[in-house]
Amino acid sequence: MNQLAEIISRNEDRIRMQWIDGMAQGVQRPDLMSKAELDEQCRTILAAIIAGVRSGGWIEVAGVGWDAAREIFQSISASRARQGFSPVEVATYVLSLKKPLFSAIRGTLKGNQDEMFDTIWAATELLDRLALVTTEAYMATREELIVRQQQELMELSTPVVKLWDGILALPIIGTLDSARTQMVMENLLQTVVDTNSKFAIIDITGVPTVDTLVAQHLLKTITAARLMGAECIISGVRPQIAQTIVHLGINLEDVVTKAKLSDAFALALDRSGRTVTRTHTAPAKANQLSTLLEKREE
Amino acid sequence: MERIPVLRMGPLLLVTIQVDMHDKLALQLQDDITQRIADFGSTGVLIDISSLEVVDSFIGRMLANIAAMSRVLGAEAVVVGMQPAVAITLVELGMSLPGVRTALSVEAGMELLIGAVSRAAHGSEDERSQT
Amino acid sequence: MDQKMNVLKRDEQALRNSNDIVLARHKVRQWATELRFSLVDQTKLVTAASELARNALEHGHGGAMTLESLTNGAKTGLRLVFEDQGPGIANIEQALTDGYTSGSGLGLGLGGSKRLVNDFSIESEVGKGTKVTVVRWR
Repeated sequence: MNQLAEIISRNEDRIRMQWIDGMAQGVQRPDLMSKAELDEQCRTILAAIIAGVRSGGWIEVAGVGWDAAREIFQSISASRARQGFSPVEVATYVLSLKKPLFSAIRGTLKGNQDEMFDTIWAATELLDRLALVTTEAYMATREELIVRQQQELMELSTPVVKLWDGILALPIIGTLDSARTQMVMENLLQTVVDTNSKFAIIDITGVPTVDTLVAQHLLKTITAARLMGAECIISGVRPQIAQTIVHLGINLEDVVTKAKLSDAFALALDRSGRTVTRTHTAPAKANQLSTLLEKREE
Repeated sequence: MERIPVLRMGPLLLVTIQVDMHDKLALQLQDDITQRIADFGSTGVLIDISSLEVVDSFIGRMLANIAAMSRVLGAEAVVVGMQPAVAITLVELGMSLPGVRTALSVEAGMELLIGAVSRAAHGSEDERSQT
Repeated sequence: MDQKMNVLKRDEQALRNSNDIVLARHKVRQWATELRFSLVDQTKLVTAASELARNALEHGHGGAMTLESLTNGAKTGLRLVFEDQGPGIANIEQALTDGYTSGSGLGLGLGGSKRLVNDFSIESEVGKGTKVTVVRWR
């Protein structure tokens, strides 16, 4: 049915102008795309459609002859998704090509009803398929965007804190799944290098459960840090977690663990050759309560 | 044939690996280090891999071998500066290099080695200093 | 791979000697950089390539590595195929277990490489050869 290709190619300008004019403001989105850009895009699409139809008809949009056209549609759709066009706008963009295309077909094949019907049918099938390709690509791009945003969210929720010169702390809050642990590990190790820190305290007070998988992830992080020349201390091990670890038979022989972050910090200070000394006694207080509290502190 | 230079610094040997080694070069390095330890009676070997962007199982085994051989010859080896991406990959590969001592930097590695040398010489508690 | 994948670019690297392993690493690094993989993913790819290339060379008596960049519009990936006409592997299950050695003293590194990539498949026939295909997605 190369008539279709010829009809489009001969009426290209008119089809394109009618297409753009026919697009409601809502689809054009002059706030997101200039008239010139839009015109250029429509030109490219029409050329791709012509080439596609010429190469292998219109039914097999997945075929090799349509490769170039499909890529163009996918990239246009992806860029519109990133720019913020809605899915309706993106699909309508393609479908609104029907009216000018049908006009051109009717204009050319006026005398021959059967052929006109066949060609219009071919055109509508083609555009429906292209609209689907476009929508699929749009959704794929949005999903990519969401995944990336999720990653950024994860990064924000696991900051690495510098407790002292050469001593880092990583308080983990929430569940540790594979993807998150990967990111947490990379972040920690990079910070170790950037700050030249020999000690990293991984506090798991905020981790609800430790199963074999989580333990494996932690062990991998600890081993990687050791390979780099840094030492990890695990703190915040709650009694339930300790029980789970033993029950699961997880081997933490080579790992230093502490119940409290403060203990881990004290250990790291000691291991790095530092002590904390009091330089002067706190001012005497007449208040009985504060005296009591002072005694508790020691 | 090109070789990776093994420099002498007093009782220590200093090796900086900056090229992507092919297998023969790696084996040559192993030989050179063990030979030098024997020649100079070195007590420490510092291997700087901060420029290495890839450490596969072959290189990993090379590092483990160097550490083990050095120990047999009476020297302590330290591998310094492993890049985070390399460490993560090695662990995923299943290599943890248990017999290899490591340090964050050349400075840290030297402190480790000099501390070890001095402890061996004086046999008493060292002043631990770390910046 | 359920969706149709397009191969954007293709290249080959012969694996005849230990120098070719270095060349293979460089090629994979270059391609991984161009495809904008993260640094860690690049390192994993290059390391896996090094392991598998060495396998093809030492156990397979030489072979070739094929690089292909893949895309389906939304996903991008790098596929590496390592082929040799060597003795083949009799027991693939065993070979994939860590620490397994084929008697030549060095582990096959297959199990480790598998963990460094997203998709891993291996075909081998004793006396005919081995083909390992790995893919990493961005």
